Amino acid sequence: MMKFNPKLSQKLSYLVLFLASTLAIMPVIVIIFIIVKNGMSVISWEFLVSMPKNGMREGGILPAIIGTFVIVMCTIMLTLPTGVCAAVYLNEYARDNTLTRAIKLGIVNLAGVPSVVYGLFGFGIFVMFLKLGVSIISGVLTLSIMELPVIVTTSRNALNSVPYSFREASWALGVGRWQTIRHIVLPNALPGIMTGAVLSIARISGETAPILFTAAAFYAPHLPHSIFDQVMTLPYHLYIISTQIPNMPNNIIFGTALVLLFMILTISFVAIFVRVYFRKHEKW
Amino acid sequence: MRKIIDTMIEKVIFLCGMLSVIFVILIFSFLFIESFAFFRGFNIIKFIAGRYWYPDSEPVSFGIFSLLVGSFLVTLGACLIAVPLSVMTALYISEVVSKNVRDILKSLVELMAAIPSVVIGFIGMIVLVPCVRKLFNIPTGLTAFSGSVMLAFMAIPTIVTISEDAIRSVPRQYKEGALALGATKWQTIRRIVLKTARPGIIAAVMLGIGRVIGETMTVMMVTGNSSRIPHSIFEPVRTMTAVIAAEIGETVSGSMHYKALFSIGLVLFLITFIINFAAELFLGKNKNK
Repeated sequence: MMKFNPKLSQKLSYLVLFLASTLAIMPVIVIIFIIVKNGMSVISWEFLVSMPKNGMREGGILPAIIGTFVIVMCTIMLTLPTGVCAAVYLNEYARDNTLTRAIKLGIVNLAGVPSVVYGLFGFGIFVMFLKLGVSIISGVLTLSIMELPVIVTTSRNALNSVPYSFREASWALGVGRWQTIRHIVLPNALPGIMTGAVLSIARISGETAPILFTAAAFYAPHLPHSIFDQVMTLPYHLYIISTQIPNMPNNIIFGTALVLLFMILTISFVAIFVRVYFRKHEKW
Repeated sequence: MRKIIDTMIEKVIFLCGMLSVIFVILIFSFLFIESFAFFRGFNIIKFIAGRYWYPDSEPVSFGIFSLLVGSFLVTLGACLIAVPLSVMTALYISEVVSKNVRDILKSLVELMAAIPSVVIGFIGMIVLVPCVRKLFNIPTGLTAFSGSVMLAFMAIPTIVTISEDAIRSVPRQYKEGALALGATKWQTIRRIVLKTARPGIIAAVMLGIGRVIGETMTVMMVTGNSSRIPHSIFEPVRTMTAVIAAEIGETVSGSMHYKALFSIGLVLFLITFIINFAAELFLGKNKNK
C-alpha cells in the first residue's frame, strides 16, 4: 500500500476543511445579499410609517413594526429580572443538593423544548384556561417562559466568570452576602448579562411559532390600544404575506424581510460590540 | 432594617430560581393531562402507529405515524448535511486559522444563528424550491429534501459553536505532546484533538438535532405539508411541528382534535427531553476530563 506523505496529506486536509467552512458559512452572506438586493427598492419612509392597504398588497408595515417592538419590550422587561434573580440564586446561594440539580435539569430542558410546544402551552393555559384571549399579554407571557432559560444560562456564565477572590475580599471586610452580590458581583457581571439580554431580544424579535396562536393577528385595522388587543408582528406578517396571500408582489415581501433582518442584525451587532468592548476593559 | 430587606431579597431570588422547575412541571402536566384525556378516547397504539391523520373526516383517525416519519426524514437529511460540514468548520475555525480570521468567522456563524426561521423559510421558498423542482425534475419542489437543506443551515451554527468549545477545551499538553513526537499538525488534530473532544462534539450534534426536530416555520413553508407517508426524500412530507402550528387555531377547545394536538406536543416534549438529557450527560463527560 502506498503511504501518503504526511505534509501533503496535511495540505489536502486543510483544503477540505477550508472548502467545508466556506460551504457552511457562505449561505449566510448569500441570504443577506439576496434580501438586500431585492428588498432595497421598496424601502422608503412611506413604507415604514404607513398602514397596509389593499389586502396588504400595498402600503406599509407600521403596525407590524410597532407590534414587534411592544411584544419584545414587554417580554424582556418580564423575563430579564426574573432570569437574573434565578441565576444569582443558582450561582451565589444554592448548595449542590438535589433541589439545585433539579433546577439545573429544569433549565436545560426548558431550553430544549421546541418553540411551537411553548406556543401550544401558552395557547392552552393563557388564551383558553385563563381566558386572556389571543392578546399581547398571552404572547408576552408565552415568550417570557420560553426565553427564561436562555437568560438564566447566559447570566449564570457571566456571574461565574467574576473571580471568587472578589467575593472573599468583600466578605473579609464584614460585608453581608446580598450586599456583596449587589455591589461587587453584579456590577462586574453586568457586561455578560447585557450581552445575553441583547441576544435574547434579537431572538424574540424573530420568533413566530410561539405567538402564532397566542398574540398574532392576520390583519389589524388599527394599532393596539391595550395589552388585551391582538397585534401584527413582523415575522408573522412575513409568514402571512409569503404564504397566504395570492398575487402578493414579491418586492413587498422582500422589503418586509429586509426590515426584519436589518432589525435583528443590528441588535446582534450591538451585542457583539458590547462584548468586544467590555472584554478589553475587564478588571481581571 | 437592612437585615429584613436583605432576607426579603434573598427570598425573592430563591423564588425566581424555583420558577424554572415550576414551569417544567406545569408544561409537562398540562400536556400530560390533555393527552391522558385523549388516550382514554383513542387507543395510544393507534395514535403512534396509525398511518392516517384525518382529524376532520368521518370516522376520524389520529394516526401520527406519517408525521413521525416526516419529522424523522427531514431531521435525518438535515443531519447528514450539517454534521460533517459543522464539525469540519469547527476544526478549521479553532485549529487552522489565525485569531483575526477566527473572530470574523465566529461572528458570521453568530449572525447565521440570528436569522429568523421565517426569513430562512421564505428564502427556501423563493430560491431553493424552484431549483429543486428543476434539478430533479419532480412535480413539486416542496419536499423533505428542501426542508433538510434549509434546516441543515439552521443546525450549523448550533453544532459549530458547541463543538468549537469542545475542541478548544482540549488541554494544550495533549497537542504539544503529539507535536513533540514528530506528528504533523493535521495528524495531531485527527488523532488527538478529535478523539479528546468527541463527547463534546456528540453533545453538539444532539443539541443540533434537538433544534431541527423542533423547528416549525421553515418546515411549514418548504416541505409541502402532505400527510402521506413518503417513499423517498423527494416527496412532500408533514412534520409534527407543522401539524400543531397549522391546525391548533382551527380546533374547538376541548375537542378530540384539540387534545390530539396536545398529545403530539407531548411526544415532541419527550423526544427533546431525552435528546437534551443525553447531550447534557456527554457535556458533563467532556468537562471531567
